[in-house]
Amino acid sequence: MKRLPILTAALILAACKIDARNDYLGDKEPQRFDLGRAASTAQVAAVDIDVAPSGAGLPAGSGTAAQGAPLYATNCASCHGANGEGKPPAYPQLIGGPKGTFDFASDFKIPRTVGNYWPYATTLFDYIRRAMPLAAPGSLTPDQTYAVTAYLLSREGIIPDGTSLDAKSLAAIQMPARSHFVADDRRGSTGGKNVR
Amino acid sequence: MNDTPITRRTLIAGAAAAAGGALIANIGDADAQQKPTAPIPPPAAPVDPTKVPGGPTTAVGTRSSFVNPQRAPVGEITGTSYAPLQDLTGTITPSDLHFTRIHAGVPAIDPAKHTLLIHGLVDRPMEFTIADLKRFPAVTRTYFIECAGNGRAAYRTPKPQMTPQQVDGMFSTSEWTGVLVSTLFREVGVHSDAKWFLAEGGDACLMARSVPVSKGRDDALVAYAQNGEAIRPEQGFPIRLVLPGYEGNTNVKWLRRLKLGTEQFMTRWETSKYTDPLPGGKVRMFSLEMDAKSLITSPAYPEKLTGPGWWPITGLAWSGRGRITRVDVSVNGGESWAEAELLTPLISRAPVRFQYLWKWAGDETMIMSRAVDDQGYVQPTMAQLKAARGPGTDYHFNSIRAWRIARDGTVTFEAAT
Repeated sequence: MKRLPILTAALILAACKIDARNDYLGDKEPQRFDLGRAASTAQVAAVDIDVAPSGAGLPAGSGTAAQGAPLYATNCASCHGANGEGKPPAYPQLIGGPKGTFDFASDFKIPRTVGNYWPYATTLFDYIRRAMPLAAPGSLTPDQTYAVTAYLLSREGIIPDGTSLDAKSLAAIQMPARSHFVADDRRGSTGGKNVR
Repeated sequence: MNDTPITRRTLIAGAAAAAGGALIANIGDADAQQKPTAPIPPPAAPVDPTKVPGGPTTAVGTRSSFVNPQRAPVGEITGTSYAPLQDLTGTITPSDLHFTRIHAGVPAIDPAKHTLLIHGLVDRPMEFTIADLKRFPAVTRTYFIECAGNGRAAYRTPKPQMTPQQVDGMFSTSEWTGVLVSTLFREVGVHSDAKWFLAEGGDACLMARSVPVSKGRDDALVAYAQNGEAIRPEQGFPIRLVLPGYEGNTNVKWLRRLKLGTEQFMTRWETSKYTDPLPGGKVRMFSLEMDAKSLITSPAYPEKLTGPGWWPITGLAWSGRGRITRVDVSVNGGESWAEAELLTPLISRAPVRFQYLWKWAGDETMIMSRAVDDQGYVQPTMAQLKAARGPGTDYHFNSIRAWRIARDGTVTFEAAT
């Protein structure tokens, strides 16, 4: 007798057409709801600011380290220090991390800076354009952004001092840290049992 | 009935509102921002509350003035405010106490002007208003959000006098309501070659992260509500991305744009930051899922056991990879373990509250908890984690946490397990 209510419930459930979303009780969900508006090319372009490692998304313009130095002093040094030493943790060190080894796992105190840790130079441009300077984000022109990027890369010994950075030369830079980055392997083939 | 009688209480409420206005006017004052809020002294309770009428109804409730849970620290625009885990029970974090990690302040956004743009590898680039998003089928689901850096201070600069808030307070849980990203993907027609999408926020740093399209199709949502009401500004008003089980930073707040692409976009927050150094000169990137973890929230510093006897040990356990299946508790420094009672439903990528009834004999000891998830993953000791990742490890600090109990009942934090 105990099984009867369970069986009845099972029959009732089987009789109902149950959507993949179990709580779905209305008309059948369509592929599209025809909500929202088509975004124009201009609308997309106005906010489509991301820069890919390939250089896609980099604007026209150029700048050198010499042009970037005074911009850094004016816009960046108050938080990141006159020599890029930073004020961690809020304002990271940008310049002067140890070069030639890559042993960050041995000590969390080893500074991770542009030259020894950043895997893509394009990320610098992307980030400065998005977010810097903190008090007036978006205030630097493309030329100025290239110049500050060039300043940081030259101070870190990634590019020669006189380099003029533009979309092409920035995307061509191979950062020393790049080959050290690996994908997440924690789950692996063992179903995530192992501590990795 | 049209005349609203002016009572003493109305006058007091008016004075309070005026004081509130003065506080708002003071926001530009840096000193006023830095000072922690002083606890409001509780009002004198009547000797017998059953013999005098109580207070009237109010438009918005407040906590009892006898309790004062607070986030800390406060006043920074690039930093973290930790949730007071030791003051909370169950699994849901009250929205106004949800931890806050911000990179360029909390933006003030007019929801009538805010839109979500979806473009890139899609058939139809589209923008959606908040009203549009609310017309899609909704889902309501409980998930935790944990900052990838949660536990860093306890790892790098552990102190016996650390509270659960200071140890692991970049962890909170809400009931989120919103539209599934998969629903929006269908609406715009995401191309089959799209493998990653950029999620970008509308704050002053345009915080942006790359997310696998598979996660978007699986269980991601664009949430507009938190715990039954509009999302709080600090949590992303008017909309945020919720990526169940993923590191907090990817749950992009103030969401304004999703761009579909074939590869990761390599933003600053997934290269220079939120990457994990490993032995052998490697760095792990896109370590998105949070490893299983647990934390005893009581007894914990600064509590003091007033004497031997029964003391319930309680805490939270969670996994970014699925459900918690078991929580073990040790009351002898890890020599032996016993299964704790799980007090709340076991939901994938949501925390469970556990409890273990402990009769303290009055001896010095250490108590600790250990989470196990449905992948069979067992929360590691600090020694295991360091062996796997090196002492310079960063992010995903999920080692077993311990609390040392002294003979006098003092409870202090112990990081080395």
